[in-house]
Amino acid sequence: MLQNIEEGTWVEIHQVILKPEGRSRHLPEDSKKVPYEMRARGILLQAARLQETAHIQTLSGRIISGKLVQVEPRYDHGFGPPVYELMHIGEEEKRMLEK
Amino acid sequence: MKRFTAFTERGVDLSYPTYEEMMQRKNEIIQRSLNIDFNQFKRGTIAFDYEGMMTQAGYSMDDIIQIQRQSHVGNTPLLELKNLTELIRRISPKGKGATIVMKDEAANPSGSFKDRRASLAVHEAKRNGFAGVIAATSGNYGAAVASQAAKKGLKCIVLQETYDSRGSGQPEILEKGRKCEALGAEVIQLSVGPELFYMALLLLDQTHYFNASLYSPYAIAGVETLGYEIAQQVKEQFGREPAAVCVTHAGGGNVTGTARGLQKFGYQHTEIIGVSVDLSGLHMASDRDFNRKSFTTGHTGFSVPFTVDPDRSDVPRNAARPLRYLDRFVTVTQGEVFYATELLAKLEGLERGPAGNTSLAAALVLAQNMDQDEVLVVQETEYTGAGKHPIAQLNFAKKQGIKVIKGTPEANLPGSCIAIPEHIQQLRVSDIDLNRLRKSYLNSVLKNVHVQKLDKQDRRFLSEEINKDETYIQTYLASKSQ
Repeated sequence: MLQNIEEGTWVEIHQVILKPEGRSRHLPEDSKKVPYEMRARGILLQAARLQETAHIQTLSGRIISGKLVQVEPRYDHGFGPPVYELMHIGEEEKRMLEK
Repeated sequence: MKRFTAFTERGVDLSYPTYEEMMQRKNEIIQRSLNIDFNQFKRGTIAFDYEGMMTQAGYSMDDIIQIQRQSHVGNTPLLELKNLTELIRRISPKGKGATIVMKDEAANPSGSFKDRRASLAVHEAKRNGFAGVIAATSGNYGAAVASQAAKKGLKCIVLQETYDSRGSGQPEILEKGRKCEALGAEVIQLSVGPELFYMALLLLDQTHYFNASLYSPYAIAGVETLGYEIAQQVKEQFGREPAAVCVTHAGGGNVTGTARGLQKFGYQHTEIIGVSVDLSGLHMASDRDFNRKSFTTGHTGFSVPFTVDPDRSDVPRNAARPLRYLDRFVTVTQGEVFYATELLAKLEGLERGPAGNTSLAAALVLAQNMDQDEVLVVQETEYTGAGKHPIAQLNFAKKQGIKVIKGTPEANLPGSCIAIPEHIQQLRVSDIDLNRLRKSYLNSVLKNVHVQKLDKQDRRFLSEEINKDETYIQTYLASKSQ
């Protein structure tokens, strides 16, 4: 059985807002096939299990519900490895200025 | 358990009405959430009183400067890019190579010129007793609204188009979400699609918060100080009117506000050059294309449709009307903007965000054909950092299967290949024919209109809308009624 996530934990919930058939009619073919989805983060208001419905309080103080999908979600975006295609930009230009 | 009950009494969980139900209530919700009755500006059959709408915002230039000073917005430095100017002079014809200066908008509280747009909207929200503000944007504007709301003690919700259907999000957008949360805003992350507007309406309706639309008169009037400051600073530092200002062009607010600010200073001759990243071929509402672009704003996916049909925005009458102000409209490639961003760091010691450098990429080309005693203004910079950086964006592009190569701009193919120039002389701009866009505008606005019904006000309105004289309009209308 999945572990209970404690009340007061910072979590992320997921909710399908509109099913594919309920979406705007002005969509390209690929977007028509998928639902319109929402993710939001907040404080878990009542102990809950992953993948089950949970209530959270958001930073603006609203209370919303959705499927609990992440516990203590991370900010994972960064820079990544060096990009060689950018690396030598400026070298020749500096030489041009020295001439 | 007791705490949970208390919360549910105070807050109400969302129930989701159908898309159509929400859209039917659009006008009512927008009017209430913006505190503007747009009907009062209606004139003739298709016209509306644009200047009336802009002055109804009720703030003079002095008022706006005052409001922005109080919230630490504006008064950013104008930096002379001496090394880039010198580099351009080395490759320009004799006597050519304008002085390039850059308005360092990254010095604003949340790191971009969007603080100017947010400041007046949030001030208006506070003045009218709204408890909070809502903005729908994946761009810097979210952080700007969050920052201004924090300063004024208002609640803030930012809705972002963040993920594709696989749950993958661009690093730049994830960074902007992080920044909004750092500034105390609730961030609602959504998948790809125009239903962002549906969600915005839903939350405006539920919370009764102020609608900090990017396209309200407040949002545009707030940018006027940017044009005004440029005029003042170029005059102080160089004793003259700028020959041209390169403005990164997306929804049209940056172009409109900047041009209006220059005009309010009394400058009529500065050429207003809109610059967008060429993303032709990519569909903005496509789940697949969403992560195949490296730029989330300042691109043709916004700028072309918003130029020819400004009222497609989230307000009944968009205060951003770029065709009124654009003298020229050019595009650059994604690779050229990355190159310009690197060059700014390596030659000027200024590490700034890529989207703000779109107009720099164009300026490096355009300055080559301008006289040396002229001044060319790059009108904004933006902050940079994790996710919002060429290295992050190019690594993400590679993960999406996009080819990243060194090569000439011609090799760029939006969604397939990013070619990064190897040399300053490879940079170039492509002109978008403004007359073609003017015709598209007229076709769009007159689509379901009997041209015989148009009166003098309508004809004058059309003439102002596309910045052409009334003879041009009459000739066009005559060809339509045949």
